[in-house]
Amino acid sequence: MSPAVDVKTLVIDGIDVSARADQTVLEVARENNIFIPTLCHLDGLSDVGACRLCLVEVKNSPKLHPACVLKVEEGMEVTTKSDRLLHYRQTILELLFAERNHVCSVCVVNNHCELQSMAQSQGVTHVRLPYRNPKLTVDASHDRFVADHNRCILCTRCVRVCDEIEGAHVWDVMGRGIDSLVITDLMQPWAESTCTRCGKCVNVCPTGALFDKSKLGSDHPKYPDFVPYLNMMREVR
Amino acid sequence: MTSEELLQIAETNAAERKEFDYEVNVCAALGCISQHSDKLKDALEHEAAASGNRCHVRQTGCMGLCAAGPLVRVEPTGTMYGSVQEGDAKAIIDALGGTPVERLEAHLEKYFRGQEYIVLENSGHIDPENIDEYISRDGYEALMTALTQMTPQAVIEQISKSGLRGRGGGGYPTGLKWGTVAKAHGAQKYVICNADEGDPGAFMDRSVLESDPQRVIEGMAIAAYAVGATKGYFYVRAEYPLAISRLVVSLREARRRGFLGTNICGTTFAFDIEIRIGAGAFVCGEETALIASIEGLRGQPRPRPPYPAVSGLWGSPTLINNVESFANIAPIIRNGPQWFAGIGTERSKGTKVFALTGRIANTGLIEVPMGMTLRQIIFDIGGGIPDGRRFKAVQTGGPSGGCLPAEHLDLSLSYDALISAGSMMGSGGMIVMDDTSCMVNVARFFMEFCMTESCGKCVPCRTGTAQMFNLLTKICDGEATHADLDLLIDLCDVVKHTSLCGLGMTAPNPVLSTLRYFKDEYLEHIDNKRCPAGVCACSNKVRTEEEVIV
Repeated sequence: MSPAVDVKTLVIDGIDVSARADQTVLEVARENNIFIPTLCHLDGLSDVGACRLCLVEVKNSPKLHPACVLKVEEGMEVTTKSDRLLHYRQTILELLFAERNHVCSVCVVNNHCELQSMAQSQGVTHVRLPYRNPKLTVDASHDRFVADHNRCILCTRCVRVCDEIEGAHVWDVMGRGIDSLVITDLMQPWAESTCTRCGKCVNVCPTGALFDKSKLGSDHPKYPDFVPYLNMMREVR
Repeated sequence: MTSEELLQIAETNAAERKEFDYEVNVCAALGCISQHSDKLKDALEHEAAASGNRCHVRQTGCMGLCAAGPLVRVEPTGTMYGSVQEGDAKAIIDALGGTPVERLEAHLEKYFRGQEYIVLENSGHIDPENIDEYISRDGYEALMTALTQMTPQAVIEQISKSGLRGRGGGGYPTGLKWGTVAKAHGAQKYVICNADEGDPGAFMDRSVLESDPQRVIEGMAIAAYAVGATKGYFYVRAEYPLAISRLVVSLREARRRGFLGTNICGTTFAFDIEIRIGAGAFVCGEETALIASIEGLRGQPRPRPPYPAVSGLWGSPTLINNVESFANIAPIIRNGPQWFAGIGTERSKGTKVFALTGRIANTGLIEVPMGMTLRQIIFDIGGGIPDGRRFKAVQTGGPSGGCLPAEHLDLSLSYDALISAGSMMGSGGMIVMDDTSCMVNVARFFMEFCMTESCGKCVPCRTGTAQMFNLLTKICDGEATHADLDLLIDLCDVVKHTSLCGLGMTAPNPVLSTLRYFKDEYLEHIDNKRCPAGVCACSNKVRTEEEVIV
């Protein structure tokens, strides 16, 4: 006998949907083939609500809510698409492009990049903001992987996968605000860190910030789908 | 500790004070200490001993008018001396019982008139490190009453009835917050005092902690009883070393007198407080970031809900209030909620402490009833603008607030009135500006503050503030176009509505409020490449003829 599950019904974009009480709006939307853009969210990792792309409107709430951490409620009416939301999403993507040095044509993950495909799906045709062009380092000390901070969007997927799935917590964030940087150990070169060489961070990285040395030359697909699978294995045991 | 013992301590303390004919109180808050009031106190003690007068020299907390520091108040006459130097000690001691030293006398009737003291009632009157002096001024009476005569529900009811709203800035009803934490399920609950005051130009919480720390401890203990917490934390920023050292002493004293620990006031109630020192991040004043910092994690906010009242410190229900909110608790319990609700306006009750700074004659700490107009504060209490300059704007609410122009001088202070005018109450910083300030430059200053204090977690705040700062710099440098201004306005909208926490949501406020009231200054920078106040780089630039034509 499994314990009774509390079920809620709600409306997303005019569609009546049902959900378990512990589900988020994002999960339920995806189950019902409603697309909500995300970058920091990854199935199988904890959610931090940092990229703000999944913001949705909830009826009778003055604020916008990140769908990835918004728990479903009975009778909730959620709108995931509106001109206002689209404008915010486009601007956030523009802010990301202008933040560091994102040049798709010379990037190893060109055509396999989540930032790039998200921009396409949201109709970002150009960036209105001036590129900041910061001078950032590339850590190629590791014999298998490279960390290129110029392409990092600070989604912290690498930090979470290393901590929550691999259990090594090699990655973390240092500095604050616009100077934030993901680092290995206490800012040691990646090769000299406590890295277990598992490569999970590289596969969950949505951009070309973390990539595999053996796959240079603009053909670098990533396979982040292993995370829910590993979680499932762990639950069964 | 019983109420008889409490009374006995108060009586003993009063009897001790009667042994002296005069009391010379020297301000020992940070503002006066920075002007060597500690050495002044030593000198006064030395002179007092030499003169043979029955005179007690005492360190006290802030007396308010920091601009005239170091301050000395002689009791029982109440004579105030300002800008007292070490060498003046002999003159002051010699004048005891005679006519006051005229050249040092500070005439502050106008400054004190109109102020109403609740939070600062003991400030400048008692030695902050002496718990018995606090007890002699009705200290811990409220805790005793709450523990022995009231149920936790009754305490919350009293706070709700008083209409007290959070003094940290948001103005959330304190009673409602307490009620939520009290109802939340959890074997362990926590009470946190937020003393991570970081707004530029604000020093209310620091002064309260330096001047009357026992009042805050008492407020926290009452709160802990009301919500069912057994453990408390002071989260104080490291930039306040004096406040921290006074808190350390005060917590020890409170434990010695049995107001912290187990079996408090002879009941089964147990509560103790620890100090946690912040590492200099403004964002740690945000409650979820503050909790992360206490837990030893990176000081970053997390999405709410769940609210700390349900899942806070280490996942337990947690009550977080600001220093000034806790400082209001004991008087409310002592005098009843009706008394408190009788002060202030319809929806903003009680008094508010403000740190009055900037281009104003009387820089200092003031406490005024809600509903007072900005004009009364700035021109009556504050003494107006010095050097015959013209008032231009007053900035309230720190980097989350806005600048209000002269046309809003008659605005009566309340949470709602300030928000509808495009600013906010904030924690109580009040920066007065005259016509030598450039409002674009002011907006740029606050944006720079938000940019460097952004934690970097969410995209709009991290990169949006940096982009807005660059655009404002461009305007200040006289290199911006109307397209840049439109982009700035658009970014304000995006950052305000998409940021994760209060820092990002309110970061555009200084820009939005200056755009609302001083748009002509922005346009002057853009169209004529000229800074009306002569502050910005564009007004210092030598331009070639060609550039001027373009």
